[in-house]
Amino acid sequence: MKINMPRWFYQLASPKWSYDIMGMLLPWFAIAAGLLLTGGIVWGLAFAPTDANQGNSYRIIYIHVPAAILAQSCFMLMALAGGIGMVWKMKVAHIVAKSAAPIGASMTVIALATGAIWGKPTWGAWWVWDARLTSMLILLFLYLGIMALYSAFENKASGDQAAAILTLVGLVNIPIIKYSVEWWNTLHQPASFTLTKKPAMPPEMWMPLLVMVLGYYCFFGFLLMARTRLELLERENKSSWVIAVINEKI
Amino acid sequence: MGYFNSFSEFLDMGGHALYVWLSYAITLGIFILNLLSLWFKKRAFFKLAKRQTKREQRSL
Amino acid sequence: MNFFTAIVRRDLVLALRNRNEVVNPLAFFMIVIALFPLAVSPETAVLSKIAPGIIWVAALLATLLSLDGLFKSDFDDGSLEQILVSPQSLALLAIGKVLSHWLMSGFLLALLSPLLAIMLFLPSQAVGALVGSLLLGTPTLSLIGAIGAALTVGLRKGGVLISLLVLPLYIPVLIFGAGAVQAGVMGMPIAGYLALLGAMMVFSLMFAPFAIAAALKLSIRN
Repeated sequence: MKINMPRWFYQLASPKWSYDIMGMLLPWFAIAAGLLLTGGIVWGLAFAPTDANQGNSYRIIYIHVPAAILAQSCFMLMALAGGIGMVWKMKVAHIVAKSAAPIGASMTVIALATGAIWGKPTWGAWWVWDARLTSMLILLFLYLGIMALYSAFENKASGDQAAAILTLVGLVNIPIIKYSVEWWNTLHQPASFTLTKKPAMPPEMWMPLLVMVLGYYCFFGFLLMARTRLELLERENKSSWVIAVINEKI
Repeated sequence: MGYFNSFSEFLDMGGHALYVWLSYAITLGIFILNLLSLWFKKRAFFKLAKRQTKREQRSL
Repeated sequence: MNFFTAIVRRDLVLALRNRNEVVNPLAFFMIVIALFPLAVSPETAVLSKIAPGIIWVAALLATLLSLDGLFKSDFDDGSLEQILVSPQSLALLAIGKVLSHWLMSGFLLALLSPLLAIMLFLPSQAVGALVGSLLLGTPTLSLIGAIGAALTVGLRKGGVLISLLVLPLYIPVLIFGAGAVQAGVMGMPIAGYLALLGAMMVFSLMFAPFAIAAALKLSIRN
Protein backbone atom coordinates (compact mmCIF):
# COMPACT_ATOMS: atom_id res chain seq x y z
CA MET A 1 0.00 0.00 0.00
CA LYS A 2 1.51 3.26 -1.02
CA ILE A 3 -0.14 6.57 -0.37
CA ASN A 4 1.28 9.71 -1.88
CA MET A 5 1.08 12.58 0.52
CA PRO A 6 1.55 16.25 -0.41
CA ARG A 7 5.05 17.65 -0.49
CA TRP A 8 4.83 19.63 2.74
CA PHE A 9 4.05 16.40 4.57
CA TYR A 10 7.41 14.92 3.65
CA GLN A 11 9.16 18.20 4.36
CA LEU A 12 7.76 18.05 7.90
CA ALA A 13 9.78 14.88 8.35
CA SER A 14 12.96 16.96 8.19
CA PRO A 15 13.85 18.15 11.69
CA LYS A 16 15.53 21.31 10.43
CA TRP A 17 12.62 22.26 8.18
CA SER A 18 10.14 21.68 11.00
CA TYR A 19 12.31 23.65 13.40
CA ASP A 20 12.43 26.60 11.03
CA ILE A 21 8.76 26.64 10.10
CA MET A 22 7.73 26.38 13.75
CA GLY A 23 10.10 29.19 14.62
CA MET A 24 8.34 31.34 12.04
CA LEU A 25 4.84 30.53 13.31
CA LEU A 26 5.72 30.72 17.01
CA PRO A 27 5.57 34.49 17.62
CA TRP A 28 2.21 34.82 15.85
CA PHE A 29 0.68 32.16 18.04
CA ALA A 30 2.11 33.82 21.14
CA ILE A 31 0.67 37.22 20.17
CA ALA A 32 -2.73 35.74 19.28
CA ALA A 33 -2.84 33.75 22.52
CA GLY A 34 -1.97 36.81 24.61
CA LEU A 35 -4.60 39.00 22.94
CA LEU A 36 -7.38 36.42 22.89
CA LEU A 37 -6.79 35.26 26.46
CA THR A 38 -6.66 38.73 28.03
CA GLY A 39 -9.61 39.90 25.92
CA GLY A 40 -11.65 36.79 26.72
CA ILE A 41 -10.93 36.95 30.44
CA VAL A 42 -11.83 40.63 30.76
CA TRP A 43 -14.96 40.11 28.67
CA GLY A 44 -16.01 36.98 30.54
CA LEU A 45 -15.24 38.23 34.03
CA ALA A 46 -16.38 41.81 33.88
CA PHE A 47 -18.76 42.31 30.94
CA ALA A 48 -20.74 39.12 30.38
CA PRO A 49 -24.11 39.04 32.15
CA THR A 50 -24.57 36.84 35.18
CA ASP A 51 -26.28 33.46 35.12
CA ALA A 52 -29.82 33.35 36.54
CA ASN A 53 -29.35 30.03 38.36
CA GLN A 54 -25.72 29.99 39.39
CA GLY A 55 -24.92 33.64 39.91
CA ASN A 56 -21.40 34.74 39.19
CA SER A 57 -19.78 31.39 39.93
CA TYR A 58 -20.72 30.41 36.36
CA ARG A 59 -17.84 32.66 35.20
CA ILE A 60 -15.56 29.68 35.86
CA ILE A 61 -16.91 28.32 32.58
CA TYR A 62 -14.55 30.63 30.67
CA ILE A 63 -11.49 28.78 31.89
CA HIS A 64 -13.04 25.36 32.57
CA VAL A 65 -14.66 24.46 29.26
CA PRO A 66 -11.73 25.45 27.00
CA ALA A 67 -9.39 23.38 29.20
CA ALA A 68 -11.69 20.37 28.97
CA ILE A 69 -12.00 20.68 25.20
CA LEU A 70 -8.28 21.09 24.78
CA ALA A 71 -7.49 18.16 27.09
CA GLN A 72 -9.47 15.89 24.78
CA SER A 73 -8.31 17.26 21.47
CA CYS A 74 -4.71 17.12 22.69
CA PHE A 75 -5.11 13.37 23.21
CA MET A 76 -6.45 13.02 19.67
CA LEU A 77 -3.54 15.03 18.34
CA MET A 78 -1.11 12.78 20.20
CA ALA A 79 -2.76 9.67 18.76
CA LEU A 80 -2.67 11.18 15.27
CA ALA A 81 0.96 12.21 15.59
CA GLY A 82 1.90 8.86 17.13
CA GLY A 83 0.09 7.01 14.33
CA ILE A 84 1.88 9.09 11.67
CA GLY A 85 5.14 8.42 13.47
CA MET A 86 4.51 4.67 13.45
CA VAL A 87 3.35 4.44 9.82
CA TRP A 88 5.88 6.78 8.18
CA LYS A 89 8.68 6.26 10.73
CA MET A 90 8.70 10.01 11.23
CA LYS A 91 10.75 11.16 14.18
CA VAL A 92 9.30 14.69 14.18
CA ALA A 93 5.75 13.33 14.57
CA HIS A 94 6.80 11.31 17.60
CA ILE A 95 8.46 14.37 19.11
CA VAL A 96 5.26 16.40 18.60
CA ALA A 97 3.29 13.67 20.43
CA LYS A 98 5.81 13.60 23.26
CA SER A 99 5.80 17.39 23.63
CA ALA A 100 2.01 17.48 23.69
CA ALA A 101 1.64 14.99 26.57
CA PRO A 102 2.58 17.27 29.51
CA ILE A 103 0.52 20.16 28.08
CA GLY A 104 -2.50 17.90 27.72
CA ALA A 105 -2.03 16.61 31.24
CA SER A 106 -1.86 20.15 32.64
CA MET A 107 -5.05 21.09 30.73
CA THR A 108 -6.72 18.05 32.30
CA VAL A 109 -5.59 19.22 35.73
CA ILE A 110 -7.06 22.68 35.04
CA ALA A 111 -10.35 21.16 33.93
CA LEU A 112 -10.47 18.94 37.02
CA ALA A 113 -9.50 21.65 39.52
CA THR A 114 -11.85 24.30 38.13
CA GLY A 115 -14.62 21.72 37.79
CA ALA A 116 -14.22 20.69 41.41
CA ILE A 117 -14.17 24.32 42.60
CA TRP A 118 -17.22 25.08 40.49
CA GLY A 119 -18.92 22.07 42.04
CA LYS A 120 -18.73 23.57 45.54
CA PRO A 121 -21.26 26.39 45.04
CA THR A 122 -23.30 24.39 42.50
CA TRP A 123 -23.51 20.97 44.15
CA GLY A 124 -22.38 21.86 47.67
CA ALA A 125 -19.33 19.58 47.58
CA TRP A 126 -15.76 19.93 46.35
CA TRP A 127 -15.88 16.63 44.56
CA VAL A 128 -18.82 14.88 43.00
CA TRP A 129 -18.56 11.64 41.02
CA ASP A 130 -20.16 13.32 38.06
CA ALA A 131 -19.73 11.55 34.71
CA ARG A 132 -17.72 14.38 33.14
CA LEU A 133 -15.41 14.85 36.11
CA THR A 134 -14.85 11.11 36.39
CA SER A 135 -14.00 10.74 32.71
CA MET A 136 -11.61 13.67 33.06
CA LEU A 137 -9.94 11.95 36.00
CA ILE A 138 -9.48 8.79 33.94
CA LEU A 139 -8.10 10.90 31.08
CA LEU A 140 -5.55 12.31 33.52
CA PHE A 141 -4.53 8.75 34.48
CA LEU A 142 -4.09 7.93 30.78
CA TYR A 143 -1.87 10.99 30.32
CA LEU A 144 0.19 10.08 33.39
CA GLY A 145 0.64 6.52 32.08
CA ILE A 146 1.84 7.77 28.70
CA MET A 147 4.27 10.23 30.28
CA ALA A 148 5.60 7.51 32.59
CA LEU A 149 6.12 5.22 29.61
CA TYR A 150 8.11 7.88 27.74
CA SER A 151 10.45 8.36 30.66
CA ALA A 152 10.83 4.63 31.41
CA PHE A 153 12.73 3.97 28.19
CA GLU A 154 16.38 4.91 27.95
CA ASN A 155 16.31 4.50 24.20
CA LYS A 156 14.17 7.45 23.11
CA ALA A 157 13.09 5.91 19.80
CA SER A 158 11.69 2.85 21.59
CA GLY A 159 9.94 5.05 24.15
CA ASP A 160 8.33 6.99 21.31
CA GLN A 161 6.96 3.85 19.72
CA ALA A 162 5.78 2.34 23.01
CA ALA A 163 3.95 5.54 23.93
CA ALA A 164 2.43 5.75 20.44
CA ILE A 165 1.01 2.23 20.81
CA LEU A 166 -0.36 3.08 24.26
CA THR A 167 -1.87 6.34 22.98
CA LEU A 168 -3.63 4.56 20.13
CA VAL A 169 -4.95 1.88 22.50
CA GLY A 170 -6.10 4.68 24.82
CA LEU A 171 -7.82 6.52 21.97
CA VAL A 172 -9.81 3.40 21.06
CA ASN A 173 -10.75 3.05 24.72
CA ILE A 174 -11.79 6.65 25.40
CA PRO A 175 -15.28 6.36 23.86
CA ILE A 176 -15.85 3.06 25.70
CA ILE A 177 -14.70 4.60 28.98
CA LYS A 178 -16.89 7.65 28.42
CA TYR A 179 -19.93 5.60 27.61
CA SER A 180 -19.48 3.24 30.56
CA VAL A 181 -18.83 6.08 33.02
CA GLU A 182 -21.92 7.93 31.81
CA TRP A 183 -23.99 4.81 32.15
CA TRP A 184 -22.55 4.10 35.61
CA ASN A 185 -23.29 7.67 36.63
CA THR A 186 -26.93 7.58 35.62
CA LEU A 187 -27.30 4.35 37.59
CA HIS A 188 -25.88 5.85 40.76
CA GLN A 189 -26.93 9.48 40.63
CA PRO A 190 -30.31 10.31 39.23
CA ALA A 191 -30.30 13.56 37.27
CA SER A 192 -28.07 15.97 39.10
CA PHE A 193 -27.42 19.52 38.04
CA THR A 194 -24.80 19.24 35.30
CA LEU A 195 -22.13 21.84 34.87
CA THR A 196 -22.38 22.67 31.21
CA LYS A 197 -25.84 21.55 30.19
CA LYS A 198 -27.91 24.66 30.58
CA PRO A 199 -30.79 26.28 28.76
CA ALA A 200 -29.28 27.76 25.59
CA MET A 201 -26.72 30.41 26.42
CA PRO A 202 -27.30 33.93 25.09
CA PRO A 203 -24.60 35.25 22.72
CA GLU A 204 -23.27 37.70 25.34
CA MET A 205 -22.28 34.59 27.32
CA TRP A 206 -20.98 32.22 24.68
CA MET A 207 -19.05 34.75 22.62
CA PRO A 208 -16.41 35.32 25.31
CA LEU A 209 -16.31 31.54 25.70
CA LEU A 210 -15.52 31.17 22.01
CA VAL A 211 -12.76 33.76 22.35
CA MET A 212 -11.34 31.83 25.30
CA VAL A 213 -11.42 28.51 23.42
CA LEU A 214 -9.50 30.11 20.53
CA GLY A 215 -7.08 31.66 23.00
CA TYR A 216 -6.44 28.31 24.67
CA TYR A 217 -5.80 26.71 21.28
CA CYS A 218 -3.32 29.42 20.33
CA PHE A 219 -1.56 29.08 23.68
CA PHE A 220 -1.46 25.33 23.18
CA GLY A 221 -0.05 25.78 19.69
CA PHE A 222 2.62 28.14 20.98
CA LEU A 223 3.66 25.83 23.84
CA LEU A 224 3.58 22.73 21.65
CA MET A 225 5.79 24.28 18.97
CA ALA A 226 8.22 25.71 21.50
CA ARG A 227 8.54 22.36 23.29
CA THR A 228 8.86 20.46 20.01
CA ARG A 229 11.63 22.78 18.82
CA LEU A 230 13.55 22.29 22.07
CA GLU A 231 13.14 18.52 21.93
CA LEU A 232 14.35 18.58 18.30
CA LEU A 233 17.49 20.42 19.39
CA GLU A 234 18.10 17.91 22.18
CA ARG A 235 17.59 14.85 19.98
CA GLU A 236 19.61 16.15 17.02
CA ASN A 237 22.37 17.74 19.06
CA LYS A 238 25.11 16.14 16.95
CA SER A 239 23.84 17.38 13.60
CA SER A 240 25.33 20.41 11.88
CA TRP A 241 22.15 22.51 11.83
CA VAL A 242 21.79 22.28 15.62
CA ILE A 243 25.41 23.28 16.09
CA ALA A 244 24.73 26.28 13.84
CA VAL A 245 21.69 27.18 15.97
CA ILE A 246 23.76 26.92 19.15
CA ASN A 247 26.59 29.02 17.77
CA GLU A 248 24.11 31.68 16.76
CA LYS A 249 22.70 31.82 20.29
CA ILE A 250 26.02 32.13 22.15
CA MET B 1 -17.29 49.01 34.60
CA GLY B 2 -19.08 46.45 32.45
CA TYR B 3 -21.64 44.31 34.14
CA PHE B 4 -20.69 45.27 37.70
CA ASN B 5 -21.47 48.65 39.27
CA SER B 6 -18.25 49.04 41.24
CA PHE B 7 -14.82 47.49 41.51
CA SER B 8 -15.55 46.04 44.95
CA GLU B 9 -18.66 44.41 43.57
CA PHE B 10 -16.49 42.95 40.79
CA LEU B 11 -14.07 41.54 43.36
CA ASP B 12 -16.92 40.08 45.39
CA MET B 13 -18.43 38.20 42.39
CA GLY B 14 -21.84 38.17 43.98
CA GLY B 15 -20.57 36.28 47.02
CA HIS B 16 -18.73 33.68 44.93
CA ALA B 17 -15.37 35.44 45.11
CA LEU B 18 -13.54 32.48 46.64
CA TYR B 19 -14.60 30.03 43.93
CA VAL B 20 -14.14 32.30 40.94
CA TRP B 21 -10.81 33.79 41.95
CA LEU B 22 -9.42 30.48 43.23
CA SER B 23 -10.09 28.74 39.93
CA TYR B 24 -8.69 31.65 37.91
CA ALA B 25 -5.59 31.66 40.13
CA ILE B 26 -5.05 27.92 39.70
CA THR B 27 -5.44 28.21 35.93
CA LEU B 28 -3.04 31.12 35.75
CA GLY B 29 -0.58 29.23 37.94
CA ILE B 30 -0.63 26.18 35.68
CA PHE B 31 -0.20 28.36 32.56
CA ILE B 32 2.79 30.06 34.18
CA LEU B 33 4.25 26.71 35.28
CA ASN B 34 4.07 25.52 31.69
CA LEU B 35 5.91 28.60 30.47
CA LEU B 36 8.49 28.41 33.26
CA SER B 37 9.28 24.75 32.64
CA LEU B 38 9.80 25.55 28.98
CA TRP B 39 12.06 28.45 29.85
CA PHE B 40 14.13 26.42 32.34
CA LYS B 41 14.52 23.54 29.89
CA LYS B 42 15.64 25.94 27.19
CA ARG B 43 18.16 27.62 29.49
CA ALA B 44 19.54 24.27 30.65
CA PHE B 45 19.98 23.11 27.07
CA PHE B 46 21.89 26.17 25.92
CA LYS B 47 24.00 26.23 29.09
CA LEU B 48 25.08 22.64 28.47
CA ALA B 49 25.68 23.34 24.80
CA LYS B 50 27.79 26.38 25.66
CA ARG B 51 29.94 24.36 28.08
CA GLN B 52 30.41 21.65 25.47
CA THR B 53 31.49 24.03 22.73
CA LYS B 54 33.96 25.70 25.11
CA ARG B 55 35.42 22.33 26.06
CA GLU B 56 35.77 21.40 22.40
CA GLN B 57 37.48 24.68 21.60
CA ARG B 58 39.95 24.20 24.47
CA SER B 59 40.79 20.68 23.34
CA LEU B 60 41.53 21.92 19.83
CA MET C 1 -3.01 -23.56 14.10
CA ASN C 2 -0.46 -26.16 15.09
CA PHE C 3 1.78 -23.38 16.32
CA PHE C 4 -1.08 -21.96 18.36
CA THR C 5 -1.91 -25.21 20.16
CA ALA C 6 1.78 -25.82 20.74
CA ILE C 7 2.11 -22.42 22.42
CA VAL C 8 -0.96 -22.96 24.60
CA ARG C 9 0.09 -26.48 25.56
CA ARG C 10 3.64 -25.42 26.36
CA ASP C 11 2.49 -22.55 28.58
CA LEU C 12 0.01 -24.73 30.41
CA VAL C 13 2.64 -27.41 31.03
CA LEU C 14 5.07 -24.77 32.29
CA ALA C 15 2.41 -23.30 34.57
CA LEU C 16 1.50 -26.71 35.99
CA ARG C 17 5.16 -27.50 36.64
CA ASN C 18 5.68 -24.22 38.43
CA ARG C 19 2.56 -24.24 40.55
CA ASN C 20 3.48 -21.21 42.65
CA GLU C 21 2.85 -18.89 39.76
CA VAL C 22 -0.69 -20.21 39.45
CA VAL C 23 -1.46 -20.40 43.15
CA ASN C 24 -0.02 -17.04 44.17
CA PRO C 25 -2.57 -14.81 42.39
CA LEU C 26 -5.39 -16.98 43.74
CA ALA C 27 -4.03 -16.68 47.27
CA PHE C 28 -3.67 -12.94 46.75
CA PHE C 29 -7.29 -12.79 45.58
CA MET C 30 -8.47 -14.52 48.77
CA ILE C 31 -6.28 -12.48 51.11
CA VAL C 32 -7.48 -9.18 49.64
CA ILE C 33 -11.07 -10.32 50.08
CA ALA C 34 -10.36 -11.36 53.67
CA LEU C 35 -9.00 -7.89 54.45
CA PHE C 36 -12.31 -6.15 53.86
CA PRO C 37 -14.33 -7.66 56.73
CA LEU C 38 -11.37 -6.82 58.98
CA ALA C 39 -11.04 -3.27 57.72
CA VAL C 40 -14.66 -2.27 57.09
CA SER C 41 -17.01 -4.34 59.20
CA PRO C 42 -17.93 -8.02 59.60
CA GLU C 43 -21.64 -7.22 59.55
CA THR C 44 -23.71 -9.11 57.02
CA ALA C 45 -25.62 -6.07 55.80
CA VAL C 46 -22.49 -4.02 55.09
CA LEU C 47 -20.53 -6.84 53.48
CA SER C 48 -23.28 -8.07 51.21
CA LYS C 49 -23.73 -4.51 49.97
CA ILE C 50 -20.11 -4.00 48.97
CA ALA C 51 -19.35 -7.61 47.99
CA PRO C 52 -19.85 -7.18 44.19
CA GLY C 53 -17.39 -4.30 44.03
CA ILE C 54 -14.83 -5.91 46.34
CA ILE C 55 -14.76 -9.23 44.51
CA TRP C 56 -14.41 -7.50 41.15
CA VAL C 57 -11.64 -5.16 42.30
CA ALA C 58 -9.78 -8.05 43.90
CA ALA C 59 -10.10 -10.15 40.72
CA LEU C 60 -8.82 -7.22 38.68
CA LEU C 61 -5.79 -6.76 40.93
CA ALA C 62 -5.06 -10.49 40.98
CA THR C 63 -5.08 -10.56 37.16
CA LEU C 64 -2.80 -7.57 37.09
CA LEU C 65 -0.39 -9.21 39.53
CA SER C 66 -0.03 -12.31 37.38
CA LEU C 67 0.45 -10.28 34.18
CA ASP C 68 3.89 -8.97 35.02
CA GLY C 69 5.54 -12.28 34.18
CA LEU C 70 3.47 -13.04 31.07
CA PHE C 71 6.27 -12.48 28.55
CA LYS C 72 9.21 -12.17 30.95
CA SER C 73 10.71 -15.67 30.81
CA ASP C 74 10.26 -15.93 27.03
CA PHE C 75 11.89 -12.53 26.66
CA ASP C 76 14.81 -13.37 28.95
CA ASP C 77 15.65 -16.74 27.41
CA GLY C 78 15.41 -15.43 23.85
CA SER C 79 12.49 -17.54 22.64
CA LEU C 80 10.50 -14.41 21.79
CA GLU C 81 13.32 -13.28 19.54
CA GLN C 82 13.33 -16.69 17.86
CA ILE C 83 9.61 -16.40 17.14
CA LEU C 84 10.09 -12.89 15.79
CA VAL C 85 12.62 -14.08 13.18
CA SER C 86 10.58 -17.20 12.40
CA PRO C 87 7.67 -16.99 9.92
CA GLN C 88 5.13 -17.53 12.71
CA SER C 89 2.71 -14.72 13.45
CA LEU C 90 3.42 -12.76 16.57
CA ALA C 91 -0.28 -11.90 16.97
CA LEU C 92 -1.14 -15.61 17.04
CA LEU C 93 1.51 -16.14 19.68
CA ALA C 94 -0.06 -13.31 21.68
CA ILE C 95 -3.51 -14.91 21.55
CA GLY C 96 -2.06 -18.27 22.61
CA LYS C 97 -0.16 -16.80 25.52
CA VAL C 98 -3.14 -14.75 26.67
CA LEU C 99 -5.41 -17.80 26.43
CA SER C 100 -3.17 -19.92 28.62
CA HIS C 101 -2.70 -17.00 31.00
CA TRP C 102 -6.44 -16.60 31.29
CA LEU C 103 -6.97 -20.32 31.90
CA MET C 104 -4.50 -20.12 34.78
CA SER C 105 -5.79 -16.83 36.24
CA GLY C 106 -9.21 -15.45 35.28
CA PHE C 107 -10.81 -18.82 34.73
CA LEU C 108 -9.64 -20.15 38.10
CA LEU C 109 -10.66 -16.89 39.80
CA ALA C 110 -14.16 -17.30 38.40
CA LEU C 111 -14.32 -20.89 39.68
CA LEU C 112 -13.12 -19.76 43.10
CA SER C 113 -15.47 -16.79 43.36
CA PRO C 114 -18.61 -18.61 44.69
CA LEU C 115 -16.62 -19.50 47.80
CA LEU C 116 -15.73 -15.85 48.36
CA ALA C 117 -19.30 -14.84 47.63
CA ILE C 118 -20.36 -16.98 50.56
CA MET C 119 -17.72 -15.46 52.81
CA LEU C 120 -18.95 -11.95 51.94
CA PHE C 121 -22.65 -12.89 52.30
CA LEU C 122 -23.42 -12.13 48.68
CA PRO C 123 -27.09 -13.07 48.13
CA SER C 124 -27.23 -16.46 46.46
CA GLN C 125 -29.26 -15.24 43.49
CA ALA C 126 -26.24 -13.13 42.42
CA VAL C 127 -23.68 -15.93 42.40
CA GLY C 128 -24.56 -16.88 38.83
CA ALA C 129 -24.06 -13.28 37.74
CA LEU C 130 -20.73 -13.16 39.57
CA VAL C 131 -19.32 -16.28 37.91
CA GLY C 132 -20.74 -15.33 34.52
CA SER C 133 -19.41 -11.77 34.61
CA LEU C 134 -15.98 -12.97 35.73
CA LEU C 135 -15.86 -15.59 32.98
CA LEU C 136 -16.75 -13.01 30.33
CA GLY C 137 -14.84 -10.06 31.79
CA THR C 138 -11.47 -11.51 32.78
CA PRO C 139 -10.46 -12.47 29.18
CA THR C 140 -10.68 -8.76 28.33
CA LEU C 141 -8.55 -7.97 31.37
CA SER C 142 -5.93 -10.50 30.24
CA LEU C 143 -5.94 -9.16 26.66
CA ILE C 144 -5.59 -5.49 27.63
CA GLY C 145 -3.11 -6.33 30.36
CA ALA C 146 -0.98 -8.24 27.88
CA ILE C 147 -0.51 -5.00 25.91
CA GLY C 148 0.93 -3.40 29.03
CA ALA C 149 3.06 -6.47 29.76
CA ALA C 150 4.42 -6.46 26.20
CA LEU C 151 5.25 -2.74 26.36
CA THR C 152 7.16 -3.07 29.64
CA VAL C 153 8.77 -6.49 29.22
CA GLY C 154 12.18 -5.06 28.32
CA LEU C 155 12.26 -2.59 31.19
CA ARG C 156 13.99 -3.31 34.45
CA LYS C 157 11.26 -1.80 36.60
CA GLY C 158 8.04 -2.77 34.86
CA GLY C 159 5.98 -3.74 37.91
CA VAL C 160 4.38 -0.48 39.00
CA LEU C 161 4.44 1.01 35.53
CA ILE C 162 2.26 -1.74 34.09
CA SER C 163 -0.50 -1.03 36.63
CA LEU C 164 -0.36 2.67 35.80
CA LEU C 165 -0.71 1.89 32.09
CA VAL C 166 -3.37 -0.77 32.32
CA LEU C 167 -5.69 0.12 35.22
CA PRO C 168 -7.40 3.11 33.52
CA LEU C 169 -8.21 0.85 30.57
CA TYR C 170 -9.80 -1.70 32.92
CA ILE C 171 -12.49 0.70 34.12
CA PRO C 172 -15.25 -0.21 31.61
CA VAL C 173 -14.89 -3.92 32.40
CA LEU C 174 -14.99 -3.14 36.12
CA ILE C 175 -18.11 -1.00 35.77
CA PHE C 176 -20.09 -3.56 33.79
CA GLY C 177 -18.73 -6.56 35.70
CA ALA C 178 -19.62 -5.16 39.10
CA GLY C 179 -22.84 -3.78 37.60
CA ALA C 180 -23.89 -7.26 36.50
CA VAL C 181 -23.41 -8.63 40.01
CA GLN C 182 -25.26 -5.69 41.52
CA ALA C 183 -28.16 -6.26 39.13
CA GLY C 184 -28.10 -9.92 40.14
CA VAL C 185 -28.35 -8.92 43.80
CA MET C 186 -31.42 -6.81 43.07
CA GLY C 187 -32.96 -9.58 41.02
CA MET C 188 -32.84 -7.62 37.78
CA PRO C 189 -31.99 -9.16 34.39
CA ILE C 190 -28.25 -9.49 33.80
CA ALA C 191 -28.26 -10.56 30.15
CA GLY C 192 -27.56 -7.00 28.96
CA TYR C 193 -24.47 -6.67 31.15
CA LEU C 194 -23.15 -10.04 30.07
CA ALA C 195 -23.76 -9.12 26.43
CA LEU C 196 -21.75 -5.90 26.88
CA LEU C 197 -18.93 -7.77 28.62
CA GLY C 198 -18.97 -10.29 25.78
CA ALA C 199 -18.88 -7.49 23.21
CA MET C 200 -15.87 -5.95 24.94
CA MET C 201 -14.16 -9.36 24.92
CA VAL C 202 -14.75 -9.83 21.19
CA PHE C 203 -13.66 -6.27 20.46
CA SER C 204 -10.43 -6.61 22.42
CA LEU C 205 -9.83 -10.05 20.89
CA MET C 206 -9.92 -8.41 17.47
CA PHE C 207 -7.59 -5.52 18.22
CA ALA C 208 -5.41 -6.33 21.23
CA PRO C 209 -3.34 -9.10 19.53
CA PHE C 210 -2.00 -6.60 16.98
CA ALA C 211 -1.14 -4.07 19.67
CA ILE C 212 0.56 -6.84 21.67
CA ALA C 213 2.50 -7.96 18.60
CA ALA C 214 3.65 -4.39 17.83
CA ALA C 215 4.64 -3.88 21.46
CA LEU C 216 6.59 -7.14 21.57
CA LYS C 217 8.39 -6.23 18.36
CA LEU C 218 9.59 -2.92 19.74
CA SER C 219 10.52 -4.43 23.11
CA ILE C 220 12.69 -7.03 21.40
CA ARG C 221 14.38 -4.47 19.14
CA ASN C 222 14.98 -2.08 22.03
